[in-house]
This record gives sequence, structure tokens and C-alpha cells, in this order.
Amino acid sequence: MNITLRVWRQAGPDVEGGFETYEAKDISPEASFFEMLDEVNEMLNDEGVEPIAFDSDCREGICGTCGVMVDGHPHGPQSATASCQLHMRKFSDGDTITIEPWRAVAFPVLRDLIVDRQPFDEIIQAGGFISANIGAAPDSNIILVPKPAAESSMDAASCIGCAACVAACPNSAANLFTGAKIAHLNLLPQGSPERYHRTVAMVETMESFFGSCTNFGECEMACPKSISIDVIAWMNRDYVAAQWKNFRKQGQQ
Amino acid sequence: MTTKTRRLEVNRRSGWRSWLGPFFTSDIGMKWMMALTGAGLLAYVLVHMIGNMKIYLGAEDLDHYAEALKTLLYPIVPETGVLWLFRFGLLAMFGVHIWSAAVLTLRNRAARGKIRYEAKRQYSAVNYANRTMRWGGVIILLFVIFHIGDLTTGTFNSEFVSGSVYNNVIYSFERWYVALFYVAAQIALAFHIYHGAWSVFQSLGLSNPRYNDWRRWFAVAFALAILIGNSSIPIAVQFGLFTVSG
Repeated sequence: MNITLRVWRQAGPDVEGGFETYEAKDISPEASFFEMLDEVNEMLNDEGVEPIAFDSDCREGICGTCGVMVDGHPHGPQSATASCQLHMRKFSDGDTITIEPWRAVAFPVLRDLIVDRQPFDEIIQAGGFISANIGAAPDSNIILVPKPAAESSMDAASCIGCAACVAACPNSAANLFTGAKIAHLNLLPQGSPERYHRTVAMVETMESFFGSCTNFGECEMACPKSISIDVIAWMNRDYVAAQWKNFRKQGQQ
Repeated sequence: MTTKTRRLEVNRRSGWRSWLGPFFTSDIGMKWMMALTGAGLLAYVLVHMIGNMKIYLGAEDLDHYAEALKTLLYPIVPETGVLWLFRFGLLAMFGVHIWSAAVLTLRNRAARGKIRYEAKRQYSAVNYANRTMRWGGVIILLFVIFHIGDLTTGTFNSEFVSGSVYNNVIYSFERWYVALFYVAAQIALAFHIYHGAWSVFQSLGLSNPRYNDWRRWFAVAFALAILIGNSSIPIAVQFGLFTVSG
């Protein structure tokens, strides 16, 4: 199949960018979206043009490195799928596909389709960890986790941090990402001691970079892991509880 | 690589030492305020709609109801005391609701930046109701201002007589453009409620997979009840269902 690509090209963070049009010829419908881009890059390389820079790593939809806006769909038109797991059979011969990087003030374009997602790292650094030393590997059943908590925590933990939620959000909010990370740790007994500090620290870091939630639910639809916006509601409740608990703890000093 | 600071330049932390200060200046806290005042306004709109239905019971019933509102808890409190308490409460709720919406909208704009996607965004969850929350809210505000001028102070109603609510409503709604505006405003309100009555649970952290479907139906039922109840009155007046009494 033959495809026309309109791709955002930008040489660096401080350089003006723009769209370039390329022809992708003889692409197999079995090719993944990035295999198609690889072929286009081979072609550009042969022509002496700088290849299109894009992020990808595992190419099996589990690492969260990739992510581009395809025709106005975060990660492309297939739901619950990362860009790398999108296949060309989703498109038709002769289609024109527009490929853009994620857009948000917090995510400046580094080059072409690659954005700097460092604010996500800063949210994790603020509290997305458990600092208790667990020592050597304990017996797996020594810390009991209720089944529903384990399931909900695992659902939230499936977040791969690709930032499609921010890209999809009309407000550039990162509530789905932060909510998932908070729910993932706060639901488990191991995460409970730092629960209230974590919630406030992560929410405050998030709010210093991103917009706020208007409950559209676009993020949930864009998420390659189909994480529910229930984690956002959960974060909203935990944040109030956390502010109150932290206030009460200050009174004990 | 040059690391540019991307932190939004908004003063979020007030100097208060209490937990309420930092909480209510945060985005999530603002959403809480919007949700709490929204819930209060929802309750008010429902009570108001039920009160409006008194018009179907006749002039005496409606006028007596209006009189009862003025003398609520009288003589324990001064006449119209409770009424004014409600009015100030409503004004405060409106103020906080609109203020938090305005502040959050500005913050969101700053976070989103100027660059838009080139390809048309293919939204899958955005619908007419949640897309028009801001401008729909402005229409509702304009309506509320007109409504007070029309049926509380009588500024926009030349036949207005204080106390004879039944007649005032008929005189006002006999003007076809006023009737039309009332119905249009109720449609805007119904859309606002369709998103708001669902959204309130999410903002307050009360969503749960067990009753999330129920939340949607709650919002639909609420919006429809308000729309049908309230807009039935201008329509009924236009069809000549009521006649001026006394």
C-alpha cells in the first residue's frame, strides 16, 4: 500500500518546526506503524535527508517510550493500543496520515516527534516510590493484600507513562497519570505509611506543570492501557484526606 | 540540552497556615469548591422547580407559597430574614462556582499553550454538554440576571405587581420572546446539569465502578426533570392555559 505522510519536522527545541510531506511506497499492511516509519527513514537516508526522529523502545506496547498523534488520535485510531502496536492494516491504500508530537507546554518538542517528558519523572520523584527497605526477598504471602486492593492496584500499575493522557486532554492535565501512580501505591499495605505525604507531593508537582481536570474522559479513551478515570476520583478524595491528615500531624509537633 | 523551566507561573500557595489555604488554592481543591457549590445549586434548582409546579394548582396556591417563603420561620426571625439568608447563600455559591471556573480555565489555557494539533482532534468522550460548560454557564448567568429583573424586582415587566406571583408570571410569559428565552435558557441549564450532575461525583472522589452507570442516569433524569418542569410553564402560558386572576 502507498501512503502519504505529513510529519512534523523540527530540528531542535529552540528551532521553528513545520510539516513535511513524504511518500511511503509499497508498505505491507502487516507492517507496524513504526516499521512503516523505519522504511520511510531508510528512504530518507538514501536521499540524504535527515531521518524522522521518534521515540520507541520495546515495540510491544509495554514500555511507554513511544507515542505520537496520528490524524488527531493519540496513539492512532485503534483504542487501547500504543503507537508501536498500531498496524498499517488500520489504514487504506492512498491515505494521507498526519503525524504530530504530543502538545503541551510541559512537553517541549526536542526533535521532530520526540518530546521531553521530564515533568512525569519529577512527579514520580516527588512520591512515586516506597522508601521502606524490604530487605531480602520475603515470603510472598507474608504481607497480606486484600484481593480487590491487589486487583485495583494492578490495574493502576499498568500505566506505562506514555503521556497520551496529557496529549489527549483539552486542558493538558496529567490527572490520569498521577492518579494511576497514586492509586497503584496507596492501595497496597507497603505504600500506606507514606500515603498522605505522597499524595500531596505528587499532586503539587503535577499541578505546577499541568492543567486541571474537567471530567471529559478523553484521557481514559486515549490510554493504551484503558486506565479508568476512577483513579482521578480516587486521587481527588485522597488529596483532601491527605491535606487534613498532614494538618493534624503538624499540630503534634 | 537547555533545560527550560516549564512550571506554570501561577501563585498557588496562599500564606495561610491552615490546611484549607493550600487545599483550596490547588486545582483539585478548586474543583472541590466547584463541585460543592454545584451540588448546592443543583439542590436549589430542584427545589425551585418543584415550587414552580405550584402554578398548576392555581393563583391562590402559588401566591401563598411565595408569601410563605417571605415569612419562613417568622416570628422567630424577622420577616424575609430566612429568605435573605438563602439569597446571600445562593449569591456566594454562584460567586465561588464562577470564580473557580474562571481561575481553572485560565490555568488550563496556560498549561495547554498556543500550539494546536494540525489534524482535527478526533475526540471520543467530549460531547456537546461538556464542551459547552463554560459558555453555557455564561448563558445561565445572563438568564439569572434577567429572571431576577423580570419576576423578583419587576424591572423588565411593566405589569409587575409585587406579591401577585401568578399574574406576574402570566404577564411576563405572554410575551413570546420572553417565553422563548426562558425555554432556551432551560435547555442550556439542562446541558449544564447533564455534565455537572455526573461530574460532581468525580470531583468529590465519589465515583465507583459499582454505581458509575447509575451516575449517568441520575444526571439524565435530573436534567430532564428540570427541563420539562420549568419550560412547561412558559409553553403553557403561550398556549393560554392560565388566565389572569383577580
